[in-house]
This record gives sequence, C-alpha cells and structure tokens, in this order.
Amino acid sequence: MYDFLKSQLYIIWSQVVTLWLVFLHMFKKADTVEYPDVMPHMFSRWRGRIILSRDPDGEERCVACNLCAVACPVDCIALQKTEDENGRWYPEFFRINFSRCIMCGFCEEACPTNAIQLTPDFEMAEYVRQDMVWEKKDLLINGTGKYHDYNFYKIAGKAIGGKGKGEARNELPPIDRRSLLP
Amino acid sequence: MEAFFQFVVGSPINIALILGAVLFITTMLIWFERRMLGFFNERLGPNRVGPGGIFQSFADVGKLITKEDWVPPFSDKFTFVVAPLIVPIAMLLSFAVIPIAPGVGIMDLNIGLLWIFAMAGLGAYSAMLGGLASNNKFALLGGLRAAGQMISYEVFMGISILGVVILGDSFNMREIVEAQKDQWFIFPQFIGFVVFLIAGLAETKRWPFDLPEGESEIISGFNTEYSGMKFGLFFVGEYIGMLLLSVLLPVLFFGGWYAPFGLDIPNYPIISGVFWLCAKTFAFVVFFILVRAALVRPRYDQLMNYGWLIMLPLSLLNLLVTGAVVLAQGN
Repeated sequence: MYDFLKSQLYIIWSQVVTLWLVFLHMFKKADTVEYPDVMPHMFSRWRGRIILSRDPDGEERCVACNLCAVACPVDCIALQKTEDENGRWYPEFFRINFSRCIMCGFCEEACPTNAIQLTPDFEMAEYVRQDMVWEKKDLLINGTGKYHDYNFYKIAGKAIGGKGKGEARNELPPIDRRSLLP
Repeated sequence: MEAFFQFVVGSPINIALILGAVLFITTMLIWFERRMLGFFNERLGPNRVGPGGIFQSFADVGKLITKEDWVPPFSDKFTFVVAPLIVPIAMLLSFAVIPIAPGVGIMDLNIGLLWIFAMAGLGAYSAMLGGLASNNKFALLGGLRAAGQMISYEVFMGISILGVVILGDSFNMREIVEAQKDQWFIFPQFIGFVVFLIAGLAETKRWPFDLPEGESEIISGFNTEYSGMKFGLFFVGEYIGMLLLSVLLPVLFFGGWYAPFGLDIPNYPIISGVFWLCAKTFAFVVFFILVRAALVRPRYDQLMNYGWLIMLPLSLLNLLVTGAVVLAQGN
C-alpha cells in the first residue's frame, strides 16, 4: 500500500514537473525562420538547383561523356554529344527534367570535368509541369561555379585545336621514340 | 447608457450576447490554441492571416465549408449526418445555465448542474454514433473508446461535484456561485476540483485523454470518415466543450464572478463580474492548452484503471468527508 501510494504520488509529481517545464518554453525565442520574409542561411554544399559551369576561359566544361546520365538514379538527365571544329566535345543538347530530379548529387560526383554542379538554390516551383524541364540554355551559367581554376582541356592529354600533345599543365612533351638519347 | 446595463436573466439581449460571445470565442479558440501550442513548442504557430494570424479560424472555416462534403456509400447515412450535430448543440445548450455575472445568464434552472451533466452525456452520443455509422474498423474502435471513456468518467465527474452541491446547498449554479462570496470552494473541495478537472478533460476528449481520436493508433478514431464541415462540427463541439469546462471550473470552484483579493470594480457589478469570470476562464483555457502541449496519452487500460481504481474511490471519499464535516458542523 505504501509503495503503491508512493508510486502514484511520483506519477502525479512528474506530470506537474512536465507541465512546468513546458510552460517555461513559452518565454523562449522561437526557432522558426519565417522563410518568405527571411531567407534561411543556405550552406555552400547544399544540393539544390543543378547548373552547368564554364571553365575560366569561358568555354563549356561539359564534354558530353554521359557519366552523369548513367549515374542518375531517376534518369532525369538526357544529352547528346557533338564536336566542334577544334575537336572539343560538347553536348548538342543537355536536358534535365527537374520534376524527376531528386537532388541526390550523384551527377556532380560522377562528372570528370566539374561541369555539372549543385547550387544552394531551391526556389524552383513552377505552375506548369513542362516548365520543370530545363534545357542547356537554362542550365548553363557564365561562371566557374565552385571550382574557379579548373580547366579540363588544360590538364588532359587530349589534343584539341590550339593545344597540341604535351602542352597541358604538368605534362611532358611526347617522347621521340626514334631517338636513342635519353 | 446606464439603462443599457440593466440586465435580467433570460432577457433577449442576454441570450444574444452570450450565444454570440460563446460562438465567437470558440472560433477564436481554434486560432488561439494553435498559436499557444506554437509558443509552447518554441514555434510561431499560424501568424499569416491578419495581424498575428488572428483571422486564421475564418480561413479554416472557409476551407472546411468549400471542401467536398462526402458521405461514404458504405455508411449509415442518416446517423452519419446527424452525429456531428449532436455535440455542438449539446455543448451550446449547456451554456444556458452558466451564470456569467449578477443578472447575466440565460436561465436559472434549479437543476442547473444536472442539466449540464445531461448535456455532457448527450455529447457522448456524438462520438459513439459517428464511429458506429462510419462503418469503418478504426472509426468503430474510436467510437467504442469514446463510449467507454465517457461513460466511466461521467460517473465520478458527477460524484466529485456533489461536494460543491453539499457546500452550496443547491443544484442551481447561481446559488452555488453566491455561496462562494466569502470562501471559494477550491479550498474545502481541492480533491473534488482535481477529480473534476481530470474527468472534465476526459469528458471533452481533450489531450491527454484523446484516446477516441488517437491519431497514432487508430488514424483519427471516430471522425476518420468525416470531412468538410461535418468534421468541422466535431471540432467546434470539442472547442465549445473546452470553453464550457473552462467556465465551469471557475463557476464551481473559483468563485464565479467574485473578484479575488477584493479587486472588483465597485458600483459596476456586471462589468466586474464579466471581467473576472472571463479572466478566470482565460486562465483555464491556457492551462488546458498547456496540458495538451505537455502531457502524453495514456494507454486505454491505464485510463480505465486510473478512473475506476483511483478517481472513483477518491471522489467517494471526498463526498463522504465533506458530508461528515457539514453534518458535524451541524445546523
């Protein structure tokens, strides 16, 4: 009987303490960020709207290798490779269907040239579903995105117009196989 | 101007003002509760419609009215439509016997308290019939829980209040308030107050006794199949019930319209009375919202055990002791 009363009183006491502690929360500042009025702080690694960036020379970084389209788990990326007169590869069209995209960032991880990047912008709502399909002109930006110095063709060994073999950064000239000199 | 305040119980202006005030306050309660819950949870709550979100309730009602009014084809259609009407009507009728201030009230029934219990008992039918008529497993479970909970808690809700009746020597609410002129009944009837508070919470199906709804277990309980304004009527009924309970507790235990510490406004008994009753009611409304924010729902067997094994003996004991003391003081 004593134990029973004691446990019952303890239960009642714990309820009273709960009420008091919750009441104290009334005088604390709300954590809410009133979003449309106040912009929330977005972190630079936030996975939001997808962009295609340009290299420091202002050329398209994308080499249309299709790795992003392969990595995409929801198949929302479609592109077609073509080649310009200098031998540079670039996408003829590049289409992302944002009504499918789940912002997983796999395309960014798969991209060998840092062309496709996810940005901290999330305000992409549209009234018409077809407006969620973004073409290359919508995706391509006039900047380098998160990686300012990277230029794929200046590092890769591939020869294009204006840059021959062995002229890339950190690259030695090709070995003359017919010479015996070291 | 002075003549305007010559209120008599049951005059048309009284009825119109009290009914209007009750409906208006109930509407505002829907917004107020959400806002207060927000503050208790360190959120902001609805603050978009009007200054501080004060018109949120009207937006809600507009939304509910324009929604599709769907009656499930597998339900018992007549009962399904009638069930949500019962609880707001019963709860509104209960306000008829509440004395607001000297000369302000709708009627002075000499069985006022019994009237309130009768109406509260009718309110239980709403959830029961709603759950039964929906012809849905979860609704049936919710209705079952509502029936069991409300019937068993009504037992000692009635008994807990008998101490007040003994002390006030009347079932008439106005005479009960007038008997508290010198001493509020909270002091001699503290146990009765606690039991009545808990039973009242269970009776209005409010948190933490919202087992008939029990979102986490049985979807939404008895109102699972309800949509649009029929759901809204259940909702409004619950809020009128909360307001009724918040006004009953001051009337029965906290001296009704009498001011604490002699702080009443002299020469204006009606203004003073209305003000103090509203202030006390407001305090209880905030307390009930706090209870909703803080306490967790018990299991159904815990609820029943608690009711029958603790609250019922406690209220009987309270009744016996009160009776014995009144007899011993003798007159």
